[in-house]
Amino acid sequence: MQTKRGKRMALPSPQAERVAPVGDSRLKLLEATMKRHQYRADALIEVLHKGQELFGYLSPALLTLIARSLRLPPSRVYGVATFYHFFALAPQGEHTCTVCLGTACYVKGGAALLAELEQATALRAGTTSADGRLSLLTARCLGACGIAPAVVIDGAVTGHATSAIVQGKLREWFD
Amino acid sequence: MDLTELHGIAEREHLRRKAIRIHCCTSLGCYASGALELQQRLEAAVIAAGRTDTVEVVGVGCIGFCGHGPLVSVEPTGLLFERVTPDQAPEIVAALDGGPCTAQRGDPQHPFFARQMLVVRRNGGRIDPERIEEYIAADGYQALYDVLHDLSPAEVIETITRSGLRGRGGAGYPTGLKWATVAKSKGDPQGAPRKFVVCNGDEGDPGAFMDRSILESDPHLVLEGMSIAAYAVGATQGYLYVRGEYPLAIQRLTKAISQARKHGLLGSQIFDTAFDFKVEIRVGAGAFVCGEETALIASIEGRRGQPRPRPPYPAERGLWGCPTLINNVETFANIAPIISRGADWYATIGTPKSRGTKVFALAGKIRNTGLIEVPMGVTLREIVEELGGGTADGSPVKAVQTGGPSGGCIPAASFATTTVDYESLAAAGSIMGSGGMVVMDAATSMVEIARFYMEFCMDESCGKCVPCRVGTVQMHRLLDQICAGTATAAEVVELEALCQLVRETSLCGLGQSAPNPVLSTLRYFRHEYEARLCDPAQTEEAP
Repeated sequence: MQTKRGKRMALPSPQAERVAPVGDSRLKLLEATMKRHQYRADALIEVLHKGQELFGYLSPALLTLIARSLRLPPSRVYGVATFYHFFALAPQGEHTCTVCLGTACYVKGGAALLAELEQATALRAGTTSADGRLSLLTARCLGACGIAPAVVIDGAVTGHATSAIVQGKLREWFD
Repeated sequence: MDLTELHGIAEREHLRRKAIRIHCCTSLGCYASGALELQQRLEAAVIAAGRTDTVEVVGVGCIGFCGHGPLVSVEPTGLLFERVTPDQAPEIVAALDGGPCTAQRGDPQHPFFARQMLVVRRNGGRIDPERIEEYIAADGYQALYDVLHDLSPAEVIETITRSGLRGRGGAGYPTGLKWATVAKSKGDPQGAPRKFVVCNGDEGDPGAFMDRSILESDPHLVLEGMSIAAYAVGATQGYLYVRGEYPLAIQRLTKAISQARKHGLLGSQIFDTAFDFKVEIRVGAGAFVCGEETALIASIEGRRGQPRPRPPYPAERGLWGCPTLINNVETFANIAPIISRGADWYATIGTPKSRGTKVFALAGKIRNTGLIEVPMGVTLREIVEELGGGTADGSPVKAVQTGGPSGGCIPAASFATTTVDYESLAAAGSIMGSGGMVVMDAATSMVEIARFYMEFCMDESCGKCVPCRVGTVQMHRLLDQICAGTATAAEVVELEALCQLVRETSLCGLGQSAPNPVLSTLRYFRHEYEARLCDPAQTEEAP
């Protein structure tokens, strides 16, 4: 598994599109993060977090770039990126709505809430609308069990959520 | 930093404080209910009322009564307000002088508060987690000073062993014994003897939020516990592994680490001794299996979170092959209180085999949701009925689930006889786990709950060993059939056999305990399974 340092890896030539135009500030920020970790292989997850934060998702070109910078086989970078739920390999919608499906939320009707939202948005959990405006996602547990059921709307947690409250917020965006 | 400086900081902080402190809870539950806006409005209201000379507004950690947030408490009068709206801010300030107030009054003498015993959560709801001065003013870092100046590493380990503290992550391994093993291990065979201390904050159990609350409310308590542990086992580098789902905890920990570093409480020559200790945060990326210690190590090393067989245990060969001490957040949070108040004091709390207190997260169909800290050995009946107040609508409680996907469901009939300690919960077919307690009433089908957990384990199985990877899928399929009413008694027999197989042959704790929710619901609620079976005779008759 361990890549020998200094040895150049045969990487698939990235004929794919570039991650971003040269000089893009996001690339500089990503580079700075890798530098801070001294391009160490064990910083891979930290770097992937940063990459996702900057670019919204981990594109194949971005994964190749990270693999090359950290001198890791692309297979390992791809393997790690797909192993963890947190990393998205496809672009997310402009807005996100994440329904918590932890036990407390489940007992308090989280699954039923999700079903109602799936119907209202005509999206299946884990997918993004065709126009790219909304992603309907689920979470394992946000630790907001005291205010279950919880829904995260664009990063802000809403407690004691009902279908009406969430749909009201969605309408604010789309009407 | 020396003792005079530490006391100087505490003294300045006491002098700086105003006579009346309005505490506004800013932990996740209240935060999500609008606590930040409330805090700003309270500050504005204090200025508008011209009370800035004697009154201050402080954003504090978790008060505990999460279901009734946002919460506001007033020191020293002890007034408590629940479900406060930002518009009520001026009234709360007026209420300090006995003015009228429409905000809902809480009762600080309510059994939910009065029956608790605060050791780990003693600062929760009382100090601002973003200011190290407040922690120092609450005697913070005094235990670390005492340890570094008065105790040898062996004496520290002896104290922890004598206290009877057991790991709060769920398995209940004696903490002192673990520390002693790491202290004895030789270190990196190839080079300098490196050792590591890792704090496991990958609280993946759905329905548990104790560790989140401790990290958000009192981050320095955890850092101090880690530092003492590092001194005891001879480590110089620590990692704090926190779930990516807890951004507020990560933000507060980052701040706490930089403050501690600035004050010379982390880094080189801590308290002018030869002891060096650095801490780095590692953010998890959403994998339940990373709560397993060898998977957690893999994740810190930047690899997939897949466990490996033990032995060798991480205490001997852990991070990068070096001896590594891994403890849970709550375990580390117990260390400083044990050092300051003594092992003998700690050993008087709880039961002979399970000492001390335990923090539980009460959630689900219960009137009082939130965090409680109780001595080990109290009964489930006391927790659910007295502290928790039963269900919100007064309907009977059916069961309580402890230990998340690795635990089990305990029926209401056993509440009076089941005490919360490691042995008693195991005997009831569940586990202590990290401390999540989800209360269920008649509306929750136990078969569906078993399926819910199995779906969780199926998704979260890392895929390394066959029994877990394949077994969870098979068990989920059988549970699906039972829920759909297409299964017969033969399927239940098959399910039970699979449960035994997966339990006995899986590589790590995830697989070994994945059958627990099924087995415990079968043990206590078999009739619910049977009620959903279809009659084989009828199926045969059908064309």
